[in-house]
Amino acid sequence: MLIISQSRLKLTLGVGILLLSGCSSLGVEPWERDLLAKSEMALPTSAVDASLDDHIYFSKEASSGGRSFGGGGCGCN
Amino acid sequence: MQLKQQKSLKTLLTAATCSLLGTTSQAESIDSWEFDTAIMHYMEADRVSATEAIIGAKKTFANDEILNIKLTFDSLTGASPNGAIAQPRAQTFTRPSGSGQYQIKSGDTPLDDTFKDTRIQFTGQWSQPLNNDYTLSVGGNFSNEYDYMSASLNANLAKDFNNKNTTASFGFSYAYDIIKPEGGIRQPFSAMVIGEPRVDDDDDDEDNDNEKNCLDTCLADDDSKSTVDLLFGITQVINRRMIMQLNYSFSSTNGYLTDPFKVLSVIDSNGDSQSYLYESRPEKRNKHAFYAQTKYHLSNAIIDASYRYMTDDWDIDSHTIDFRYRLLLENGHFIEPHIRWYSQSAADFYQPYLIQGNVIEEFASADYRIGELDTYTVGLKYGLPMANGSALSFRLEYYHQTPKNTVKGNFSSLKNMELNEEVDAIIAQVSYSF
Repeated sequence: MLIISQSRLKLTLGVGILLLSGCSSLGVEPWERDLLAKSEMALPTSAVDASLDDHIYFSKEASSGGRSFGGGGCGCN
Repeated sequence: MQLKQQKSLKTLLTAATCSLLGTTSQAESIDSWEFDTAIMHYMEADRVSATEAIIGAKKTFANDEILNIKLTFDSLTGASPNGAIAQPRAQTFTRPSGSGQYQIKSGDTPLDDTFKDTRIQFTGQWSQPLNNDYTLSVGGNFSNEYDYMSASLNANLAKDFNNKNTTASFGFSYAYDIIKPEGGIRQPFSAMVIGEPRVDDDDDDEDNDNEKNCLDTCLADDDSKSTVDLLFGITQVINRRMIMQLNYSFSSTNGYLTDPFKVLSVIDSNGDSQSYLYESRPEKRNKHAFYAQTKYHLSNAIIDASYRYMTDDWDIDSHTIDFRYRLLLENGHFIEPHIRWYSQSAADFYQPYLIQGNVIEEFASADYRIGELDTYTVGLKYGLPMANGSALSFRLEYYHQTPKNTVKGNFSSLKNMELNEEVDAIIAQVSYSF
């Protein structure tokens, strides 16, 4: 049991390091951020739309969260 | 003229925001507040309709600290399925308050039309850069409605790497909710009392009001639940045109997770309803969600695509795909088609009805929202810039639900009954930011 959890930990760490080191070759220089700096490229584009959508789908479906915290705060029908 | 009106609106809102926060509105700070407002109407055919209004304010301070506050009002009215199944004859149900009854016509899905609620929500979030490319964000949320109260706190720490091309973040949130439903917290699988007038043998002592509502099947006036959320995320700039985000989130809820207004029909071997029992759900739910989003800037359009996989210990697995294509028109106008597709499997205790004589499991619910369900949304958003850096947009969407729960067995009374009624809804929204 302990061996399994240790190997899992190693695997998770390995994947994490690989992802981060892989990431270092990606990206742009500061002067290449003209498009990324536009508000339309923000994640999410519109916080208001995202908050309204989260409320609707939280009330009508069995899933929530993922993009941010799980939502809630209503006795939704 | 328009510019003048807009400035005075901004001045007014700034003064209101500052007085709410207990600060003074200096003339020079007026232009540094940004406001996002929206009004949205959600309308289901023959069922629930809701109107939600949001006003959000954001201020950026000298050292890149950002304060976000948001006030939301919503009001909901209409009819919601009570969990019972359609029958080839009329059915009578008691309202949640215990006073009054409603009739459902032969062949119709039983809907309780007493829902009417108004909710107010206040959200505040503060974020600020720390040393070594760290950003800290802390916030809280409070919402209140007639029968429900929710309060939460959250904190998020993010670190930038690789020339700010990679951001790793970790977030934590704790929420505490209290529900005080009409009719009280029902005993699991207690029967809905129908046809008997409310017992009112006491004097006019007001303290006994809830007790009367509870009738004899009530455990308490209210109950609560608490939720802990953890969120791990990586955001990566891929190249000049592309950014990507990967999140893993874990959510654990403990407490009262039952819907106090939902019942299950108990049917006999012909499929005829004999009684209605209040549902019962587990007191714990753990959810895992994996989320990936990417945005790609084409020469005159932006692609925004995301996918979410969620799985929980109620045996619900779901897939969500969301796709937006923002076409950038001349003069800053845009048009954005949107499509969203969602599919979930049923909770292990979901049952469309109970069968008389069979042993009832520990938990059961006939709420179609935790049954097998597919939904899709198609919509369009149109935005245009206004004077002085403000912007106006309109959004219209169509939302469709297809429950896919199957009837097991051959019940003569259910042969021509629609147990998976599809739901259509329209979402209309106007947003204005200035």
